[in-house]
Amino acid sequence: MAKFDLNDSGVVVIVGSGAGGGTLGNELAQKGVKVVILEAGPRIENHDFVNDEWESFSQLAWTDARTTSGTWRVAKDFSGLPAWIVKAVGGSTTHWAGASLRFDEHEFKVKSAYGNIPGANLLDWPVTLAEMEPWYAKAENKMGVTRTNGIPGLPGNNNFKVMEAGAKKLGYKTVHTGNMAINSQPRDGRGACQQIGFCFQGCKSGAKWSTLYTEIPKGEATGNLEVRPGSMVIKIEHDAGGKVTGVVYADETGAMQRQKARIVAVAGNSIESPRLLLNSASTMFPDGLANSSGQVGRNYMRHMTGSVYAVFEKSVHMYRGTTMAGIIRDEATNNPKRGFVGGYEMETLSIGLPFMAAFLNPGAWGRSFTSALDGYPRMAGMWLVGEDMPQETNRITLDPVVKDKFGQPVASVHFDDHPNDVAMRAHAYKQGAAVYDAVGATVTYPTPPYPSTHNLGTNRMSEKPRDGVVNKFGQSHDVKNLFVSDGSQFTSGAACNPTLTIVALAIRQADYIAGAMQKKEI
Amino acid sequence: MREIDRRSKHSRRVFLKGAATAVPVVAVASSVAVSIEDAWADEASTLSPATMKTLLKVARDIYPHDVLGDSYYITAIKPWDGKAAKDPAVKSLINDGIARLDQNAHDRHKLAYAEVPWEADRVVLLKEIEQSDFFQKVRGDLVVSLYNQKEVWPRFGYEGSSAEHGGYINRGFADIDWLPKA
Repeated sequence: MAKFDLNDSGVVVIVGSGAGGGTLGNELAQKGVKVVILEAGPRIENHDFVNDEWESFSQLAWTDARTTSGTWRVAKDFSGLPAWIVKAVGGSTTHWAGASLRFDEHEFKVKSAYGNIPGANLLDWPVTLAEMEPWYAKAENKMGVTRTNGIPGLPGNNNFKVMEAGAKKLGYKTVHTGNMAINSQPRDGRGACQQIGFCFQGCKSGAKWSTLYTEIPKGEATGNLEVRPGSMVIKIEHDAGGKVTGVVYADETGAMQRQKARIVAVAGNSIESPRLLLNSASTMFPDGLANSSGQVGRNYMRHMTGSVYAVFEKSVHMYRGTTMAGIIRDEATNNPKRGFVGGYEMETLSIGLPFMAAFLNPGAWGRSFTSALDGYPRMAGMWLVGEDMPQETNRITLDPVVKDKFGQPVASVHFDDHPNDVAMRAHAYKQGAAVYDAVGATVTYPTPPYPSTHNLGTNRMSEKPRDGVVNKFGQSHDVKNLFVSDGSQFTSGAACNPTLTIVALAIRQADYIAGAMQKKEI
Repeated sequence: MREIDRRSKHSRRVFLKGAATAVPVVAVASSVAVSIEDAWADEASTLSPATMKTLLKVARDIYPHDVLGDSYYITAIKPWDGKAAKDPAVKSLINDGIARLDQNAHDRHKLAYAEVPWEADRVVLLKEIEQSDFFQKVRGDLVVSLYNQKEVWPRFGYEGSSAEHGGYINRGFADIDWLPKA
């Protein structure tokens, strides 16, 4: 395995090892580029994952201090935990459910498709679906997405069968076990899904794609990639010419190190990435690095989400098997006649008893609450995930008071639902309940959004430098050798789960970076 | 479908042995007739037995599951004694919270909280203090300490860790048999 010198100014430094950073690291390493990935969390291999929700949460979740504000319920119920994401090698690809869907064409040009929505800071992406299609194809092949590349779908579990039966009764057409980056048959040196059911706690069998045991070891095997766990980047530094020169980070012992770099790519998820850029403010860049537009940290999106759980007369045991292998796509289209723009997906979801107690109706108690939990074995569940409106005022800022153990201001996350999000959620709750009512649900429970898993948009792509932070390749408008490689570069959120698009963008970005390095442009 | 055996595997005997570690088994056995509660509440070092018993009642009233015996709730609230021993702020949080609850119960029913006979009346008393730090902390702790007990899970038809059993691929992940034919 490679080991690069701190003074090696020829390396590409990537901050974060998840879907964006881990993929970019491997892709660059395969092309012969020297890469150092600095990952804030520890390296925990998949055999050490635990099938226990709270224990796994302690093992994997990002629980460093953050603050919250705004009218979203998470700010009240989980004020210190705005997001449920991961601090470990592999990032949130250890925790993700595996749903791998392409954006629709209109979702790359929302300003054109939706027009002027008051309060929404809509913008078309500087890329189109046609441009992205070949990269989506590469991503699907890399990740082994079911129902692509001749890979069969996963078998449906009990939870899916309930949803499927209800969906068909309602007349929904596009209902199947999803496009999942989970092996339905052995592929790429990894086995088939064993229907373990703890997808969110890290896949112990390795059937689910995660950079932890795919991209990262493949990159390391080239001799061009070094991953340093326990390395929290504090600041990105630049020279008098305004080019970045490296990063300062706290290593595993807490000691400060300075890694020089030819290029820095930020992929710390949509809360930490803008935080790092803002914390890297200097005399030359007083509002934060790459922030001449003032858009760093703004347009924070978290998807319109919610869940519906339904209780039946007889057992379902929804927790058995793949957590999210089930989807209804009929509501994912843009049909403003429903009273909102954009669409949403309905995806099977199950959480275990401990998390059901914590998330079904946070703060609730008494017999109405315990009656719901008594129905646990007879429960089916779905997650509702749809496009939310980017708003300038939904943003990540530096908390004026709270600091981390290295003395750096922590991220403060402000979020208010847009009226479009509220209208979409109301529609989705109603349709979700109708699916279950159609097959005999005795009661349904609309469940509020969990701490955010899809954090997007805080360093968005734009054609014009004044509208966003990065260009169509994730390259900073202001600083040519600074890139953003995670979901924070999303111009808008689309209805579907974001990981496939993050991976496709990372593969494309690697191609661009390697080309630009070869041409000595950066 | 493969159903879960939801019978309690948490025997009264095992619980008593576990709770009264320092007491010889014979002594425990002879004291069973006294009361199951006394055995555990008297063990508390910092909080009084009466406070522990009131906490138990509060816990049952916050998350009432008639299928669960007291032992699960006792397991859930017992750690408050240890936390109170370590931190005076926790000790006063619990003592002051219980004192206020008892005072309210006295004002309304002329009884301590734990002696108020009907759940519906006790719930009214809890509603009055719902926004207090005491209630929020006790409820917030209980939602984990009760539902995160592995012994509780089968009572709710939840099977817990599955990887060591080979997942559910051969254990009923798709065995639902009552749905209408699609």
